[in-house]
Amino acid sequence: MSVLVYAENLQGKFKKSAFEIVSFGAAIAHEKNLPLTVLSIGQVAEEELLRLATYGAVKIMKVEGEAFHALSDQTVATAIAQAAAADAAQYVAMTASFSGKAIAPRVAIKLKAGLADNVIDLPKMSDGFVVKKNAYSGKAYAYCEVLSDVKVISMLPNSYKLVEDQKQAAIVPFSPVLGAADTSVTIRETIRSADKVSLPEAELVVSAGRGMKGPENWGMIEELADVLGAATACSKPVSDAGWRPHSEHVGQTGIAISPNLYIAVGISGAIQHLAGVSSSKVIVVINKDPEAPFFKAADYGIVGDAFEVVPRLINAAKNFKAGQN
Amino acid sequence: MKILVCISNVPDTTAKINFTPDNKEFVSAGVTFILNPYDEIALSKAVDLAAGGGNVTVINVGDASTEPTIRKALAIGANDAVRINAPARDSFFVATQIAEYVKKNPVDMILCGRESADHNGSTVPVMIAELLGIPCVLFAKSLLLEANTATLDCEIEGGKQVVNVPLPFVAGASEGMAEWKIPNMRGIMSARTKPLSVIDPVDVAVHTRHHSFDKPATRSAVKMVSADAVEQLFELIRDEKKVI
Ligand SMILES: Cc1cc2nc3c(=O)[nH]c(=O)nc-3n(C[C@H](O)[C@H](O)[C@H](O)COP(=O)(O)OP(=O)(O)OC[C@H]3O[C@@H](n4cnc5c(N)ncnc54)[C@H](O)[C@@H]3O)c2cc1C
Ligand SMILES: Nc1ncnc2c1ncn2[C@@H]1O[C@H](COP(=O)(O)O)[C@@H](O)[C@H]1O
Repeated sequence: MSVLVYAENLQGKFKKSAFEIVSFGAAIAHEKNLPLTVLSIGQVAEEELLRLATYGAVKIMKVEGEAFHALSDQTVATAIAQAAAADAAQYVAMTASFSGKAIAPRVAIKLKAGLADNVIDLPKMSDGFVVKKNAYSGKAYAYCEVLSDVKVISMLPNSYKLVEDQKQAAIVPFSPVLGAADTSVTIRETIRSADKVSLPEAELVVSAGRGMKGPENWGMIEELADVLGAATACSKPVSDAGWRPHSEHVGQTGIAISPNLYIAVGISGAIQHLAGVSSSKVIVVINKDPEAPFFKAADYGIVGDAFEVVPRLINAAKNFKAGQN
Repeated sequence: MKILVCISNVPDTTAKINFTPDNKEFVSAGVTFILNPYDEIALSKAVDLAAGGGNVTVINVGDASTEPTIRKALAIGANDAVRINAPARDSFFVATQIAEYVKKNPVDMILCGRESADHNGSTVPVMIAELLGIPCVLFAKSLLLEANTATLDCEIEGGKQVVNVPLPFVAGASEGMAEWKIPNMRGIMSARTKPLSVIDPVDVAVHTRHHSFDKPATRSAVKMVSADAVEQLFELIRDEKKVI
């Protein structure tokens, strides 16, 4: 028996969220007195694989080969389910990234297991297995008990800390057997802006709304984000108007995020916007209207014109970064 | 072309969310329910695709209280509706009901929303697909149909992917897949008489049990920083909140 974690890599490298889910799996393994196995799929160098042992993996299953170069969700789900069966895993955990969300439910059904999706904290394990999730678009939390023997868990990024626990890990190759249904999706093209921080995983986010007046004024928003190493986001009317891509739209009908710091510029703070950002750890609001509702949901507020405040913030961020080095 | 659109009935996006004093249950009194916004996108796409001669069925797993939302979907342009008469216990329950229905009533395509506004799981579409052994494209921003293949754009980490899938498949509609359709008077009138069949649920294994809810702690009062003193903002956040 074991705890099995699937660590997702992006072009051969593990992101922070992969180490978060390994740390999360290690905490469950510790509580349940089980060994921690981490599964990696696709081409990853040995040195990179061994980084998984820094966070508590004692066994690293690696799946490589041509079929695993361009990964469809079905291929990955089959590989995880077979690895879990081979390892007799009781707990199977992965990140609820865009792809993780499309994989975890399939794994749960293949293993006839209950699914705890999108959890945001370590489960309560003293009496049963109770997980915490967001509900009602960030307006509430739901607690849910998983009753099945085998449990599949997906965790949102930025929900669990990194915990170093260096282990000696063995790397064990594993070869899943794919069926026709696993390869029916053809990936035609993948477009990634490698230099951009992905929004759901970003620790810092700079977001702007209609107060910016037009797309031509986004240079300063991008510069502030750049200096801080933050992702950029926007309100719904901004993406509706085509000022920014839909993929940046946060809120109830956009992406829900929970970064460490969310800076909102020229956003009024409508309830649908707050629904997607209120679980940010710290919120800074910049608005020229002191009555803007967003100030009620903020930790720090600056009343002022974005066109004057943001350039000053860029300088402040540069100085702050310089002071850190 | 037969298209099935899965719709969920959710609290209005502006609704205040409240629970019973023991935090076990959601209090629906005083809350307006709507068609889940992403499901409305999926439905709008289905109506467009079927315009050249197809049929759009909407399906909901829920009790009788969801019928106004089902009628709204008929007003937007679905041809008929099915309600599986049971409260939506969890996503495995909902997906199993829908998959069992599809096994008896095959369709060319199943469109869902990318996520519901109440459970926010993005799990139902994937489970339906797995139960039927067909592909699922979640977070789909566009859908183009040519003969027996569909081309979809979908969101992935830090970018997008273009995929081809054979029919039948499941898609989870994201913003951009279609323009929201507003029901017209004729739609609203005809919705009253379009067929809505109510069927009984099948038995489903119980894997999860809902425990309780609670609400996020309210933030402490906002600290105002003068626009002339923003220079220290990041040091302040570091020292007081330790998040950067
Ligand atoms: C079903 C539904 C779903 C929705 N989902 C979402 C969602 O997911 N996400 C979302 O964001 N919205 C959503 N909305 C829309 C939401 O209700 C608001 O309309 C929207 O969030 C407002 O965007 P905004 O704050 O950018 O614009 P506005 O409300 O127009 O606010 C602009 C703000 O900028 C300030 N401002 C103007 N000029 C300046 C300046 N020079 N310097 C500083 N500040 C300035 C103004 O004081 C104002 O507060 C949804 C609405 C509905 C009905
Ligand atoms: N009770 C339900 N009846 C029918 N379809 C549903 C139901 N719940 C969810 N769905 C569909 O599944 C999608 C994703 O829901 P969820 O997995 O709850 O985030 C929704 O947008 C709907 O298309």
